[in-house]
Amino acid sequence: MAALEGPRGADIIVALKEAGVFHVAALPDITTSAGLLWPLSKDTDFTFIRLSKEDEGVSICAALGYCEKRAVLLMQQTGLMDSLNNIRAVGCEYGQPVCMIVGLLGKEPDKAPTESASIGVRIIEPILDAMGIDRILIEGPEDVAKLPPAIDRAYATSRPMVALIGRRVEA
Amino acid sequence: MMQRMACFEKIAAARDGAIVVATYTSAFEWHRVDPNPLNFVSVGAMGQASSHALGLAIGLSDQKIIVLDGDGSLLMNLSTLTTIANTAPKNLVHFVVENGTYEANGGHPTPAQGKTDLAGMARAAGYAEAHSYEGLNQFAVDLPGLLAAPGPTFAALKVEAGDAPPLNYDYDWLHSADRRQEFRDAVQPLLKD
Repeated sequence: MAALEGPRGADIIVALKEAGVFHVAALPDITTSAGLLWPLSKDTDFTFIRLSKEDEGVSICAALGYCEKRAVLLMQQTGLMDSLNNIRAVGCEYGQPVCMIVGLLGKEPDKAPTESASIGVRIIEPILDAMGIDRILIEGPEDVAKLPPAIDRAYATSRPMVALIGRRVEA
Repeated sequence: MMQRMACFEKIAAARDGAIVVATYTSAFEWHRVDPNPLNFVSVGAMGQASSHALGLAIGLSDQKIIVLDGDGSLLMNLSTLTTIANTAPKNLVHFVVENGTYEANGGHPTPAQGKTDLAGMARAAGYAEAHSYEGLNQFAVDLPGLLAAPGPTFAALKVEAGDAPPLNYDYDWLHSADRRQEFRDAVQPLLKD
């Protein structure tokens, strides 16, 4: 069986620009590292903020929202889990449009996140649902088109949003 | 040791239109000293004041941003020191009100009390400047320079625990949507295209 194709980083970068996102706060995530994070960090259209811990990025992105600057927080699902309290406070209770792109480390390319053998992957969508957080799943190249409207929706409704990356991003 | 309110009165006098991001106990006391729609108190989870301030400093690069952090709060987000140092916003001044306790949660000592040099940590992380103050007179003398210097600038303000009149910890006020809207409205004229 041919390997399942992942999303292309260049397409995600175009989608971010299309959505008016020019600020990125990030911690490295191996799912997105080569195809997305390295190119993003070298693209001078973006203000790139290297984080030491993911929950800082929730606050940074929310604060940029007060300045009418759209931002995304790029991390892996372990960082999302570590940031849940701040996402709860800033995103859910304050109603700030914190947009997150989350690589699902350990997810099998051919399985849905909830069917993964990894508990760390399996629990992510139910947790986001319990918190009432809008989410999209980007697995293949065709899914990238879901990103700009999801970001627009987050800012229009002032709610947090998570784009889960289910396969390794290709260059 | 200094009194927190006395430090805040000095900062208020030197504020000169700066945005002030204040956290928890400091937010309540700061509001007593200098109520102003450019006070940002909606910092979400404990420890996140400096990260919000960093976002504002990036988004409003011509605007001075002052953080009134607490020592317990800083300890809960220590990684902020390296992130701020690496981002290096010239317009950010990070004050940490250091009383060695978790004042809003019963006055228990922090693990850093009497042992840890917070300014030393900020200096080692790479802040442009980092200082500690125990005397109000020296702080008052240095304050204009701290606010004028290219940042990020850090200053630990060593204050007595529980030195202020009893606070009403009105968290409904602190977390109210009205606080965020007031701030959003106040920031609007400062935005560039």
